[in-house]
Amino acid sequence: MAVERTVASGKGAAAREATRTRERHVPPPVDIYETPEELVLLADLPGVQKGDLDLRLEDNILTIRAKPQSLAPGEPVEREFELQGFFRQFDISEEIDQEKITAELKHGVLTLHLPKAQKVKPRQIEVRAE
Amino acid sequence: MARWDPWQEVEELRREIDRAFESVGLRLPASFRAAFLPGQAPREYPLVNLHEDKDALYLEALAPGLDPSTLSLTVLRNSVTIAGEKRRTAAAVKPEAFHREERSAGRFSRRIELPVEVDESRAKAEYKNGLLLVTLPKAPAARPKEIQVQVA
Repeated sequence: MAVERTVASGKGAAAREATRTRERHVPPPVDIYETPEELVLLADLPGVQKGDLDLRLEDNILTIRAKPQSLAPGEPVEREFELQGFFRQFDISEEIDQEKITAELKHGVLTLHLPKAQKVKPRQIEVRAE
Repeated sequence: MARWDPWQEVEELRREIDRAFESVGLRLPASFRAAFLPGQAPREYPLVNLHEDKDALYLEALAPGLDPSTLSLTVLRNSVTIAGEKRRTAAAVKPEAFHREERSAGRFSRRIELPVEVDESRAKAEYKNGLLLVTLPKAPAARPKEIQVQVA
């Protein structure tokens, strides 16, 4: 339902993106879990504010693109990490009700709720006894 | 209790090579440097960057999704200890419901040595967008002094 697009496939938008620009991107780590009603995707995007996050759904491809910003003033002395742009894509199938996707960003974590379309939700069938 | 970890050794070696290149003014292209993966790669958590100006040190830690109420900071002379907890967001979700589980979670504690002594009474910290910024004003003795040159 939410399959990741990989550069290795060579055909996806991710592959085009990787060859088009010299800028390095880091795929953010994600958790994806499923409930009877929806899929929930959580992505760690440290240093990203709402305005620097670009979430896009086009041709059944969900794109997460973000630019983190450092808070620290002054000159760098020691570096253990680099704040690079985040980029990751997922294929979203028709089984997701794409109109109803919601997103929130809190403490550098993006939470996406992807509700399942009505037809794929498990349904209890009532048996009537006569 | 230190155990010999060959990967640690490799990592140390890699850092030394990076440093050797940087010390002669060659900065390796980004692709050669380890791409950071928050919470995955590091044995030390959180990863920190240290910045400095003439009055203060600024410690920036990469720590998305922390529960701010669990964060604790201890400053002593020239060291800072950051401790806290990154909760699993959905503790109630059954393991089989996960399609992917890449984000780290758990308690952590890390002590960082600072290059100079700081004034612990004026230290402050801010948690914003998943980054923790600790501002550590330098102790008076560690601040650079300007000396006026008397012209005779």
